[in-house]
Amino acid sequence: MSKIHPYLPNSVPEIKDRMMEEMGISSIAELYSDIPDDLVYKGKLNIPGPLAEAEVKEHVAGLLETNATLMCMPFMGGGVWPHYVPSVVDEVVHRAEFLTSYTPYQPEISQGILQSVFEYQSHICELVGMDVANSSLYDWSSAVGEAALMSSRANKKTKVLVPDLMSPYRLSVLKTYTEPAGLAIEKVDHDEETGLMDLEDLKEKVDGDTTAVYIENPSYLGFVEENAEAVGEIAHEKDASFVVGVDPTSLGIIKAPGDYGADIVCGEGQPLGNHMSYGGPLLGIFACKHDNKYIRQMPGRIIGITETLKDQRRAFVMTLQTREQHIRREKATSNICSNEALCAVAAGVYLSLLGPKGMKELGETILSRARYAQRKIGELSGVKAPIFSSYHFKEFTVNFQHNTLKEINKALDAKHIQAGIPLKSQFPEFGETSLFCVTEVHSKKNIDALVSTLKEALE
Amino acid sequence: MAVKFRQADWVEPLIFELSNEGRVGYQLPPLEPEINGSEDPLDLVPEALLRIKAPGLPEVSEIQVLRHYMHLSQMNYGVNSGKIYPLGSCTMKYNPVINEVLAAHPKILDVHPMQSDDSAQGILKILYNLKQYFLDITGMDDATLQPAAGAHGEWTGIMLMRAYHKDRGELGKRTEVVIPDSAHGTNPASAHMAGFKTVEIPSGPDGCVDLDALNAAVGPQTAGLMLTNPNTIGVFENQITEISKVIHDAGGLMYYDGANLNAIMGWCRPGDMGFDIIHSNLHKTFSTPHGGGGPGSGPVGVKKILAEYLPVPDIVEKGGKYRLNWGKPKSIGKVHGFHGNVNVALKAYTYMVTMGGEGLKESSELAVLNANYISRKLKGVKGYELTYDPLKPRKHEVVLSAGPMLNDTGVSALYVSKKLLDYGLHAPTTYFPMIVPEALMIEPTESEPVESLDAFIDAMKEINDLAYTNPEEVLSAPHNTAVTKLDEAKAAHPKTICLSWRRFCQLLQEGE
Repeated sequence: MSKIHPYLPNSVPEIKDRMMEEMGISSIAELYSDIPDDLVYKGKLNIPGPLAEAEVKEHVAGLLETNATLMCMPFMGGGVWPHYVPSVVDEVVHRAEFLTSYTPYQPEISQGILQSVFEYQSHICELVGMDVANSSLYDWSSAVGEAALMSSRANKKTKVLVPDLMSPYRLSVLKTYTEPAGLAIEKVDHDEETGLMDLEDLKEKVDGDTTAVYIENPSYLGFVEENAEAVGEIAHEKDASFVVGVDPTSLGIIKAPGDYGADIVCGEGQPLGNHMSYGGPLLGIFACKHDNKYIRQMPGRIIGITETLKDQRRAFVMTLQTREQHIRREKATSNICSNEALCAVAAGVYLSLLGPKGMKELGETILSRARYAQRKIGELSGVKAPIFSSYHFKEFTVNFQHNTLKEINKALDAKHIQAGIPLKSQFPEFGETSLFCVTEVHSKKNIDALVSTLKEALE
Repeated sequence: MAVKFRQADWVEPLIFELSNEGRVGYQLPPLEPEINGSEDPLDLVPEALLRIKAPGLPEVSEIQVLRHYMHLSQMNYGVNSGKIYPLGSCTMKYNPVINEVLAAHPKILDVHPMQSDDSAQGILKILYNLKQYFLDITGMDDATLQPAAGAHGEWTGIMLMRAYHKDRGELGKRTEVVIPDSAHGTNPASAHMAGFKTVEIPSGPDGCVDLDALNAAVGPQTAGLMLTNPNTIGVFENQITEISKVIHDAGGLMYYDGANLNAIMGWCRPGDMGFDIIHSNLHKTFSTPHGGGGPGSGPVGVKKILAEYLPVPDIVEKGGKYRLNWGKPKSIGKVHGFHGNVNVALKAYTYMVTMGGEGLKESSELAVLNANYISRKLKGVKGYELTYDPLKPRKHEVVLSAGPMLNDTGVSALYVSKKLLDYGLHAPTTYFPMIVPEALMIEPTESEPVESLDAFIDAMKEINDLAYTNPEEVLSAPHNTAVTKLDEAKAAHPKTICLSWRRFCQLLQEGE
């Protein structure tokens, strides 16, 4: 018996035949008759299936089950962080009307996603202290790349200064993005003691060619870039843009970049209601001041307010499309079209749920838990945590003075704990050092288990 | 016409307008006493960077947030909740529910990308297999799953082209990428972002690549050609082997824009047509939902000669064990912060095994059948015209021109689209490709039962009749959507532009 696939309503032979009859053809092959013979694929696609839904579920869930079962969420961040996702967020993003819609090319029938994304842009502006945010980029990394390109378009300069301790992955993406445009990426040294950007070195390197000075706050290694405002002032003295990359969960307690001089803010929106999912989808935050120099140069889709023509009712629409690829083609500000809209909706729902008090409480909770973990780990013998003396937010470095990371991770694995991003290949100068992350999802019990496992491994 | 559809209209305020001081929509678990008592968290932030002024986020209860977004969702149109979504080039096929169920498994959601390979064997195996299936479907030798969207994949692909020429010391002279005038707008934008000059060539009288124009444009300065096949008018470029030869003879590379892959799975493979690099959109051909704009996923496949330039890390298998391989000295580097949109890839994998190889081929065939069914049934309708060789079969999509209608009645493609919304049907892509005047680009996909196709065809005919008898009714559309036609110019005007709540409040104060 030949089976009719549940996804293929017209595969029923009688229906297919009736359609073909009405079209005056006798086989579907006729519709492919223009493909030259030598190009017609003679083989069969080597893909297992078709599987019935129950089989698919068993197969895929079975594969996923082979991922390790962990004691608790990983103690890892570095650009993707474990956070709790409230149920309302998942409920909203699973609505078929949102989930299964395309980009809102027909605004009259798409007000739902348009208003939701407009609200996301608004939430981001409030959080980072900017006037304009776009509807999302792929992730923080691509947002840094786009920020550098935008800055260069706006001020026609080509040198980008970055902290030497920035995330090496983000740095790699930044380089890939900017190499064709001829931008030069130059690293600024850090202070040996604090890890903060070395202002003297910055002053030496910033010059008339500098298009942008970029910092991450909190930094990749978890400390708060305390001199952020001074960095911005140094950048502005040379008419360079001041670009700040953020972890938005810090912004309930840490000053908004807009309040210390940032011109462009980028960052990673994943922790706002989006799951880690082995690193994607993520949510690239991108915002700037209400300055035409920047707005008209922004990459990506932007939702704006307008009215109905007939009765002047408030409504929402994709705007400033003349910057975009489908109109400007090679002159577009970026090639991006599909972005991370649904992740942006999730972030909007998340920020609506938490509100200003929730974001402050989240920040305080993270600080307290991370501080507790850092203190407990720092008390172990043979460990220095963190390696820099600055204030830290939710991530901190742990240096093992007498053990290799391999030994440590083996011990952690045995207890079903995933903790610490190994920094050895990224920053060899720090030796056997890992980047730990603690958030609101890690209870005292979880942290204590981590600490006691480390203690055993060190003995 | 009797009203057949009415979209919800909640006149929903902005969430900020629902705010009332003190309300919260979520609570955090309390700190344990040992953690709580030790230090004041505010002492843990440097004074200069302490946030004094709380962010102006709304203060709303959980039910208010939920209802707000439920209301908004009801003012949106999805392929799974609507009736037909024939948005050309976007392949809006059914987004299977089982994909979502599996993609919400905690053993994908809670996995961190920097976990040890040993702890992520399941997901690595899925990604590895997905890559193999993708290579099989496209006829390529190696691939990356890192790009997060189609355009991201295009740019990655052209960056690979760049790396290839650079490695041969030819980047200095190979500065041009050739692109037909019918191409997606992302093609020239991606080529430009990858540092190339674009050279546009006119399509021939059949809407396909004109070999003379191609030959005239190609030379030692050519880095490559970007092409989609079937092309954007839905026609198979049957001179593709000759086209590939022209480009390869000139030392260039062939780039395949995989937006239209849904037409040909199992029938022919880009790799066999001479393409060296391809991207595909998992959110089109492989059924993953588009989420109102994303996340998508745009894997890139290449021939052997380009494999060494692919982004890091790569997934490799040895003795049934999967691991990430970072050791690729000639790699273009990373294009995504981690491994791409893995959750999307999982859905595509689920879809592939749900269909199987034969099922994918049948999907393509039925997508082509559905498109041609619409084309043939609308043949002879006065206001629409199938331009460019109407006798040639189309593939997955058909592009009609509403040029005759505009000429005769003043009703343009835009208004045909708006009127379709009144029937509860999504509109086709309009005004693309640019080589077709008043273009209506219709891609029904294999998911649509013939009943939906007929509803669409009937609506198109009724709109045609209305245009010729009572054009005002078409020109005033849409009526049955949440809002009527919008003032798009106002949204972009420098005086009235408003892109955030913050700006909205400023404008209110200024009395704009």
